Amino acid sequence: MSSAFPLMANSGAAAASSTDKTSAHTPAMTTSGANTLRMKVTKLNFFYGKNHALHNVSMDVATNKVTAMIGPSGCGKSTLLRTLNRMHETLRHTRLEGEIALDGVNILTLDVTKLRRMVGMVFQKPNPFPKSIYENVAYGLRINGHKGRLDDAVEKSLRRAALWDEVKDKLHKSAYALSGGQQQRLCIARALAVDPEVLLLDEPCSALDPVNTAKIEELLFELKPSCTLVIVTHNMQQAARVSDSTAFMLNGDLIEFSPTGHMFTTPSDPRTEAYITGRFG
Amino acid sequence: MSFRLAWRKSLNVFMLSLTGLCALLTVSTLFFILGYLVWNGGKDLSWGFFTHLPAPVGEVGGGMANAIVGSMKLLLLASLFGVPIGLLGGVYLAEFGGRTVPFLVRYTADLLNGAPSIVIGIFAYALVVMPMHHFSTLAGGIALAIMVIPTVLRNTESFLRDVPRSLREGSFALGANKWRMIATVVLPAASRGILTGVLLALARVAGETAPLLFTAFGNRFWSPGWNQPTSSLPVVIYTYATGPYEDWHRQAWAAGLVLLGLVLITNILVRAFLTRGTAYERT
Amino acid sequence: MATTPNAATPADIPGNSRTLSRRWAGADEIAHLITLIAAGTLLLITVLLVYQLWVLSAEARSKFGWSFFVTKTWDPVVGDFGALTFIYGTIVTSAVALIIAVPLGVGAAIFLAELAPPKLSSSLTFVSDLLAAVPSVIYGLLGVFLLVPIMRTTIQPALKKTLGFLPLFQGPSYGIGFLTAGIVLSIMIVPFVLSVSREVLLSIPRDQREAALALGATKWESTWKVVVPGARIGIFGSVFLALARALGETMAVTMVIGNNPKIAASLFSPGYSIAAVLANEFSEATGNLYLSALIELGLVLFLLTFVLNGLARLLILVTTARGSGVLPT
Repeated sequence: MSSAFPLMANSGAAAASSTDKTSAHTPAMTTSGANTLRMKVTKLNFFYGKNHALHNVSMDVATNKVTAMIGPSGCGKSTLLRTLNRMHETLRHTRLEGEIALDGVNILTLDVTKLRRMVGMVFQKPNPFPKSIYENVAYGLRINGHKGRLDDAVEKSLRRAALWDEVKDKLHKSAYALSGGQQQRLCIARALAVDPEVLLLDEPCSALDPVNTAKIEELLFELKPSCTLVIVTHNMQQAARVSDSTAFMLNGDLIEFSPTGHMFTTPSDPRTEAYITGRFG
Repeated sequence: MSFRLAWRKSLNVFMLSLTGLCALLTVSTLFFILGYLVWNGGKDLSWGFFTHLPAPVGEVGGGMANAIVGSMKLLLLASLFGVPIGLLGGVYLAEFGGRTVPFLVRYTADLLNGAPSIVIGIFAYALVVMPMHHFSTLAGGIALAIMVIPTVLRNTESFLRDVPRSLREGSFALGANKWRMIATVVLPAASRGILTGVLLALARVAGETAPLLFTAFGNRFWSPGWNQPTSSLPVVIYTYATGPYEDWHRQAWAAGLVLLGLVLITNILVRAFLTRGTAYERT
Repeated sequence: MATTPNAATPADIPGNSRTLSRRWAGADEIAHLITLIAAGTLLLITVLLVYQLWVLSAEARSKFGWSFFVTKTWDPVVGDFGALTFIYGTIVTSAVALIIAVPLGVGAAIFLAELAPPKLSSSLTFVSDLLAAVPSVIYGLLGVFLLVPIMRTTIQPALKKTLGFLPLFQGPSYGIGFLTAGIVLSIMIVPFVLSVSREVLLSIPRDQREAALALGATKWESTWKVVVPGARIGIFGSVFLALARALGETMAVTMVIGNNPKIAASLFSPGYSIAAVLANEFSEATGNLYLSALIELGLVLFLLTFVLNGLARLLILVTTARGSGVLPT
């Protein structure tokens, strides 16, 4: 692990002693102030076969903030997002160089299933399982050997996803009976059920209408105090509305990464300016 | 010029009607077969047909209870050996395989699927009957299992492949291992299709005669356990139809009707109900 | 306390979580292995099948060599075995079956793929699939009691009267024989020709038909001169597939071919086929050489269908992949 890490001493020791005790260093981070880092990406290079998809990307993800990634399609924003919980490993012929740390621990050293429990993900299109609403939410709990009352955990997650009132009377109906927007919130509830520290959202509203998009955006605000959020979006207004800081990517390079207000008013790179004023992409 | 056009137009009508006639002829064969069997075999179906043993050779009467039970036992063995292997093999092809092994397995499955059933019978004879020195239900069951495996395997593979990637990713993203992802999301999502394939494969081997001739052989009595020759519906139909007695012929028709009825009903129910739609949403 | 609610996550999962997740990671390997073994079983079965047939036919192969295939004698008493009559019967019945089934099947496929409205087409295809599911012993039953008498009393005399100048249609009408077996076989293989041809025809892109129609071609002309040629290779594939079926078909043929090892020009003559002799004599074969000769017949049959099936799949794959990128399963 690189020594460029401010929290290295603490978390590195924890990681060395036992990768289980991630809880041991989490409080240590959060006590040091509001602007601590949950995740840190350092000099990340990513390859699909021979295609060099990400070039030397470094960025920070602040705890309990919303970090947005924008850029034209194919710029690598979704790829970057997927590396954060190692979803890229489900594809063949991919290679990753560099380091990604979660709470100071290199995620490549973590057990991947455990990492994904801590870093949840919501996808572009709602992808509920062909099961009941209840079983969808309980899925992550079941496979992770949840002890305690499932009913309570399911209700809590559905409430956090602002879906409880709409579905409480039909918990055992098929998830496909829900509308697209409800399905997406169900997928968020499903991800929240295992209590992730970070939630990755890959263009979560791209398949939704404006009303449902607004509901999801509102939900992001409600989740912020309890969860670190990283959202990929093709919609600049959305990034401006929901995020605290924004990363602009282009052709696999991270062009600019700054507080959202700053990015959309006084971009420091001409390419960022060109993009946000709509001159390409 | 107009003569030529008239010729082309009448040729058009004539040939197109001809293709319609071909289709009609083909399709009506089924109804003809079914009707003829009902007409010929229906009158000889009685309760005793299902509950009695065959009458002694040359005597009139008796039933096929032992053949019906024998067929069921053979099918049970075929599913017991064949379905798990086919199912797991299909999971391998769809979920774990690399390049070479799946290609090889897929190709072999298709070729084994097309192998004459009598050759499968010879194989089961060499594999089971020769070492044991006698015909048995077990040998017949294994012969049928060998025929079930490739069908179930290919079918399982194709239905697993149809399960959208997004569902797999959803499961992975929640921290599932691969096998848990397969067991809790992919297999349930594909279960309908897989079940269809299994039932159709069983319906197919239920009517197989050739692989049983020298494995399960035949038996005019009950066949206790798994270690003795057993009667089965298709083999009895063959024996009775080619035998010299008028009463046997009548019973062969009745047994034919029962067998065809079972096979067709299974096919219709399975195709009509299970193949309608999928458990997951098509994207 | 600034501890976030989510910090509780790892605490929820007690200390055994590592061993648990490690065990599950190992379980992936185990699942991989188990399924690999299942898939490997299929390969093993096939290899073992060929091996058994090869080894068990060794005695006949070494005694008769290649002359096995060109000798007519089949005499279990003396121990002299030649396969020619059976090979002849198999080829003749399959040829008759193809001559009848291919035009019928392809014609019906054209109707279903090009003319019939989708609903009708799919319900007729459904019926054709059911036809393919009818057990062969049922076809044999109908062959013995329905077709054989009709052949004897009506069809064969009529053929003799009209086409009797051909050696194919001469000699006494027994009812049983090559022609009857071929007809039964043809009925059995039509569904295979039909369903595969239909699929191949459907995979030909729509715009090709429309291009022909736009040039003033009639429906039939666009079908026959544009669509069918495009699907030609795949249709050949379906024919090979059907041929493989016909060669290996046992019960129906055994019941109507007459079971008489004879080579005759006349289609009315009783004959014998490879599959039929296996069905009739295998369980009664006395002596190793006899059994070994029969198993060599099985080996021949297997290799023949093996090659034909392989070829058929290749041809179908080539057409449909080129047509639409959709591969049949």
